[in-house]
Amino acid sequence: MLQIKPILAALKRHKAGTILIAVQIALTLAIVCNALFIIQQRVDRLSRPTGMDERNLIAIENRWVSKKEEDTSSLSRTDLAALRSMPGVQDAIMINSFPLRGGGWSTGIRLVPDEKVKSKAQTTLYFTDDHAIATMGVKLIAGRNFLPSEITSVSPREVKTTPQVIVTKALADKLFPDGSALGKQVYMNDSTNPPATIIGIVERTQVPWSGLWANDFVENAMFLPVQLTGDYAIYLIRAKPGQQMNVFKDAPATLIKTDRLRVFSSERGVRTFEQVRANSYSTDRGMAILMGVICFVLLGITAAGIVGLTSFWVGQRRKQIGVRRALGATKNDILSYFLTENLMISVAGVVIGAALAIGLNLWMVTQFEMARLSMIYVICGVIALLLLGQAAVLAPAMRASRVSPVEATRSV
Amino acid sequence: MFAYYFQLGVRSLRRNPVLTALMVMAIGFGVAASMITYSVFRATSNNPIPSKSSQLFVPQVDNWGPEDNVHRKGEPPNAMSYQDAVALMREHRAPRQTVLYPLGLSIIPADANKAPFHENTYAAYADTFKMFDIPFIYGGGWTADEDNAHAQVAVIGKQLNDKMFQGQNSVGKELNLDGRSYKIVGVMDSWNPQPLFFDAVNTGGFDDPTQLFVPFTRAIDLKLSTNGNNNCNADPGPGWDNYLRSECVWLAYWVELPSKSDQEAFRSYLTGYAAEQQRAGRFKWAPNVRLRNVEEWLDYQEVVPTEAKVSLLVAFGFLVICLVNTIGLLLAKFMKRSSEIGVRRALGASRREVYAQFLIEASTVGLAGGVLGLILTGLGMLGVTVVFDQQVARLATLDVSLVLLTLVVAVVSTLLAAFYPTWRAAQVQPAWQLKSN
Repeated sequence: MLQIKPILAALKRHKAGTILIAVQIALTLAIVCNALFIIQQRVDRLSRPTGMDERNLIAIENRWVSKKEEDTSSLSRTDLAALRSMPGVQDAIMINSFPLRGGGWSTGIRLVPDEKVKSKAQTTLYFTDDHAIATMGVKLIAGRNFLPSEITSVSPREVKTTPQVIVTKALADKLFPDGSALGKQVYMNDSTNPPATIIGIVERTQVPWSGLWANDFVENAMFLPVQLTGDYAIYLIRAKPGQQMNVFKDAPATLIKTDRLRVFSSERGVRTFEQVRANSYSTDRGMAILMGVICFVLLGITAAGIVGLTSFWVGQRRKQIGVRRALGATKNDILSYFLTENLMISVAGVVIGAALAIGLNLWMVTQFEMARLSMIYVICGVIALLLLGQAAVLAPAMRASRVSPVEATRSV
Repeated sequence: MFAYYFQLGVRSLRRNPVLTALMVMAIGFGVAASMITYSVFRATSNNPIPSKSSQLFVPQVDNWGPEDNVHRKGEPPNAMSYQDAVALMREHRAPRQTVLYPLGLSIIPADANKAPFHENTYAAYADTFKMFDIPFIYGGGWTADEDNAHAQVAVIGKQLNDKMFQGQNSVGKELNLDGRSYKIVGVMDSWNPQPLFFDAVNTGGFDDPTQLFVPFTRAIDLKLSTNGNNNCNADPGPGWDNYLRSECVWLAYWVELPSKSDQEAFRSYLTGYAAEQQRAGRFKWAPNVRLRNVEEWLDYQEVVPTEAKVSLLVAFGFLVICLVNTIGLLLAKFMKRSSEIGVRRALGASRREVYAQFLIEASTVGLAGGVLGLILTGLGMLGVTVVFDQQVARLATLDVSLVLLTLVVAVVSTLLAAFYPTWRAAQVQPAWQLKSN
């Protein structure tokens, strides 16, 4: 192992090749660390639970055509009755939005009726009815569900607040960290509105947005016993187990049969929840795949580059290797010579690369609002590249070790 | 000589197939990754209306004040309230101006068996058509008089005209929108600016082509609420009239200001308007206004997705690594032939000729890498839909300019990578090489 001095002497004669390999390892490390970090962040995001039982759910978005706003509440009641009586349907609700949908309603919640006091928490509002918990498949962990008599029908422009609300555990904990949320009063929107009493707490329900900006309140949701009127109606349907595809096919026809003056939009008119989830996270998933492919190809190319250059060196030094072998060096000595040489170059490369990786991340933090790179990625990247270098150099080094001592006597 | 060196290059490539394959693959992958991500970046950072992008402006007025704009870093809201939009329209300080908002109207076919449907629809003023250079097949936009008369008229798009009227001249015919009859005054030719600059706020810049325009004044009469974002900093109170009087922002106001002096005049007018509102007691803060042209606006709205920028950056880094890799491999390849170079030099070849030979050999590698890159780019284009939003992905296309760019980038970058190895090759001392043989 005391070959460091001769290796350094040899590397000095191959400055260009040495620098090229080190630079390549450094750049690869910088890119791979950041790419892996992006992958992990995206995967984290798309594996967040919605809090719902996502199997067997179907979402239908419906726009009424030339109807008066006053009439829409009875129209949607008729729709719901028709949907709930479909053979494959377990339950159905009308709701203003749902987790991962995209658009929705958000507001600040105050504990005191004073506009000047900063709101205690940001939350999304889900306007729905007493079937919501069963249809969405969220778990009620404290208090009670809405009663059918508590459901009202209000225009979105007039909606203020309701006497009863159900909140998620995340919101309850944010508003009342001591865990005493049940039965407490809260104020939303305009503080002149009467307070609402928290009558129930559900385990978890995600907000409709999957974007970064909603990260701060991703599980803050509040359910209100209100059916909004207006020309846009969203239905969530829970199919009986195994019936999802049948309901998916039949539900639009059932709705058209009750009233044909309606439009299902082409993009999100009728979707299974699996489609909703895929649409919502398509960019995150795509970004993770893209970064993964780039990492994979990059590591391959770097390995190939090391193999190529080391092979060339071995070819150039056949005579010297022959001389060393003739003077008594074992095959292992030759093998470890090339492995050590590669290790030294790689170490130089990963040191520069680690600095580059952190620098690149810091720059991306300022440019793209990315999170700070965790050191674990740099460490993993360093280990991976050192191993990759050793693996890549193995084949040429083995070839070198097989050079016969006779080479020493041959001229070129 | 070029043909001969080219032949030599091809022969030399065939001599070390593994090394050559490695180089071609490195260049191919590097170029393909850059080109795929660049095509998306190019599509999203496109100037949608080059002839007028420096003359069309979005005025912004801060009607919310510093307390409500902490998240906007001091910027005014990105849409306008009804009262501000209408006041500015009424004073008419710009040669042309319009206010737009998306509508959720449904089109009801005359044939009762056909289902109603929705197309992207905007409420707008008459100036819109001239401002945005909208082309017409039949008829034209409605007039300012029809704006003032709150006329129930419509301008439809080519696709909608094909669908409803089989492409015939439909000017003068009636169109049923949510049960009301609108008279068609014009049929637009294909018009689909990308990004969708006039409604970047609601669409993020990318959406299907707009197929229907109706007068803003009529839409307000009919109390048609926006199909896009509506943001309020306070409860507007019940009813449509309270909503119109509120500080809720939901409208896109655009002005056309042809000259620099027009722009300066409008900017100071806008500040003056805000100052007036402050004096009247409506704004409790100093005037905070902006006047951005199309490109500044798209930039401010961050129409280019972060994904497009990050992946372009990563792909560029990828290309650089591939080139470093190529430098190393070319160096190995060229130095292997030191003795050959020595012989050539000894036989009278000048350094210049050695340069020419090796650079041409490198460009054959580059060209081969470019061809592979082209194939990979073509395949990658199919995969773009996996990574980017549908509306964005379909703009990324492998057109002639991208094909040429791919080849040029491949050859030029390989040549750049070849400079150092070639220089080293040309430094070979003939005498030394011959002696050691």
